[in-house]
Amino acid sequence: MDFTRRKLLKTAGLASAALAAPHLWIPGEAWGAALKKGEPLKVGLLFSLTGALAVPEEDSTLVLQYAFDEINKAGGVGGVPVEPVIVDAKSDFNVYSEKTKELILREKVTAIFGCYTSASRKAILPTVMQRDHLLYYPTCYEGAECTQNTICTGPLANQHSKDLIPFMVQNFGKKVFFVGSNYVWPKESNKNAKIWLQQAGGELLGEEYIPLGSSEFGPVLNKIRDAKPNFIFSTVVGASDIAFHKQFKQEGFKVDSMPIASLTTGEIETRAMGAEFGAGHFLSAPYFQTLDNPTNQKFVEGFLKSKYGKNGTTHYNMEETYLSAYVFKAGFEKAAAAVGFENVTPRAIRDNSGGIRIEDNVSPEGLVWIDENNFNTWLKPKIGQCQADGTFKVVKAASEQVAPDPYSIYPDAGVCTKEGLKAPDGKVRKSVI
Amino acid sequence: MDFGSILNALILGISIASIWLIAALGLTIIYGAAGVINMAHGEFIMLGAYSSYMLQYYVGVPYLFCIPISFVIVALVGLVLERGLIQYLYKRPLDTLLATYGVSLVLMQGVRLIFGSDPKYLAVPEIFSSNLSLGFVSISTFRVIVFGITALLVLALWALFYKTRFGVQVRAVMQNKEMAASFGINSSRIYMLTFALGAGLAGVAGSLFGVLNIVLPTMGSSYVVQAFLMVVVGGGSLAGSVVASGVTGELQSVFAFFTNDTFARFVIFVLIVVFLRFRPQGLFAQAGARR
Repeated sequence: MDFTRRKLLKTAGLASAALAAPHLWIPGEAWGAALKKGEPLKVGLLFSLTGALAVPEEDSTLVLQYAFDEINKAGGVGGVPVEPVIVDAKSDFNVYSEKTKELILREKVTAIFGCYTSASRKAILPTVMQRDHLLYYPTCYEGAECTQNTICTGPLANQHSKDLIPFMVQNFGKKVFFVGSNYVWPKESNKNAKIWLQQAGGELLGEEYIPLGSSEFGPVLNKIRDAKPNFIFSTVVGASDIAFHKQFKQEGFKVDSMPIASLTTGEIETRAMGAEFGAGHFLSAPYFQTLDNPTNQKFVEGFLKSKYGKNGTTHYNMEETYLSAYVFKAGFEKAAAAVGFENVTPRAIRDNSGGIRIEDNVSPEGLVWIDENNFNTWLKPKIGQCQADGTFKVVKAASEQVAPDPYSIYPDAGVCTKEGLKAPDGKVRKSVI
Repeated sequence: MDFGSILNALILGISIASIWLIAALGLTIIYGAAGVINMAHGEFIMLGAYSSYMLQYYVGVPYLFCIPISFVIVALVGLVLERGLIQYLYKRPLDTLLATYGVSLVLMQGVRLIFGSDPKYLAVPEIFSSNLSLGFVSISTFRVIVFGITALLVLALWALFYKTRFGVQVRAVMQNKEMAASFGINSSRIYMLTFALGAGLAGVAGSLFGVLNIVLPTMGSSYVVQAFLMVVVGGGSLAGSVVASGVTGELQSVFAFFTNDTFARFVIFVLIVVFLRFRPQGLFAQAGARR
């Protein structure tokens, strides 16, 4: 067969028409699935199983499968089993939004559990909101968002560093150096941290950002050596975080005189860097593997023994993700009771999710509940210190649940309510990202 | 800003330069000798780190011995790859680009399938995880080790290329393959050996980076861009790569000292682009006929 130019163009034209076709005949309706009693309930798990984000996100997929197995064994959601549809977002933000469409339109899932970074969340939210669908975002983020289509089970920036900064100032001294990865979450978190620091009477000696994925901390550590802070506040994430802790010790810094207070360095990171590099540093999180309560013991043992526990640890991000499955179950059942099983839509689930409580016999971190206005989670932030074996010892726990406040540092923006972001002048804006 | 801090920044610059150089050495050899743009170089580095991890975790080899054994293991992988794939593609440089990129994906996923995607770590003797300080100068012991090994390798490569019969043959093939062949040099064998050598050097880099950084299937991709830059700026010769890494390493450290890390990188990349605009052949371009 000889390829002439005309033939090639013709084929290419046909091929592109075929590719474009699905968009032509998919109607722009909100949500096309009708639930039937007795058929499994599909939910989408949108995490990266390959690429740079695979380390935390693979764990998210595993723990959700574990959670849905557990839920199915106990009778499912609203009487039907849950069927997770697992897709690989390949650490690529284009793939995230592509797969979101696929999950909503082709798989007709009831809800999507997904994302670990703010960047990927912001990539898929337009699609989720356009289809009036529902995203469970199961980890920490910076806030400053008010959509009517998300439920978050991790701590916001205002819950995350509120206790950590005063604790460190009290115990180690006033002078602090901020180090973070160069993207939105560390910068927003540091804005929050500065407010707490001011209130605690601390002094900021310097603020440095490292490109995401960079492993060269020599220049930053030299600056820290010159500045001589009492402690370091770190929002470095991922592989860089491990390089940071390793080089901290290799450059001769002593953890007793200048510990790192981190928002991200959990069990999985200390395992990856080797416990000797993590020992002595601090982490603020709502959950640690060593939390001493029967629910957590059951969760840790059950998970590690199950076929999903191959990576050998549980950590805060997994626990927050685990909770999201139960928040979904409770929200769905409440919606089914209100509008009838067949009529449950993502919208109805979200509308019925405010105020849902996950009691301490289900939640390994203890009682949490979903805020009725902004649909983030009330939880108790805790501070843990890494021990020589890589586990964390809780050195301080909030006495009661702290309210999530996505606009804590932007009071002028308004208050996030169920209907949208309510500005001080009374105007309500929907879907603010 | 005192004298001690600037001195520290300059010393750190040498260390950064040695890290960039050791990442680029293997690539320099492969590109310089065979003209192959090896996209799988980062994955060779990753294989070096995993070889060391494997040796340490399953066999219990002390860390310092892991380095040379990683060299051998990754060199063997390179040898197999060259015989099985690259040797058929020498006349099609664009295809080697695609083929080696494919190989890099295969290696990354292969390692992920075998070892899982959770990060591993290399244990080193306690003495390596501390620092040396003399007055106001302070540097980590491990950075000194990396510098030492890099210097040793550069010296050894120089000796290999300029003082041995093999080196004469390699240089002859580099300059003109057909002419060298007509003098009885087996160019196919030369290519095979240099490719294996380059891969082995990446293996050494990997076993060092596993200590500075994290051992992950994707770890190579963060080094391969820097390595390519060094090779391109240097012009594909050993001396070129040494000078290019030396200058960029120092600039990175000094700029980062005066501003910050992200801005330093930005400035360096801009400078490199400007440099390549006026000298596209790189610092020390090689004479001789390119295929």
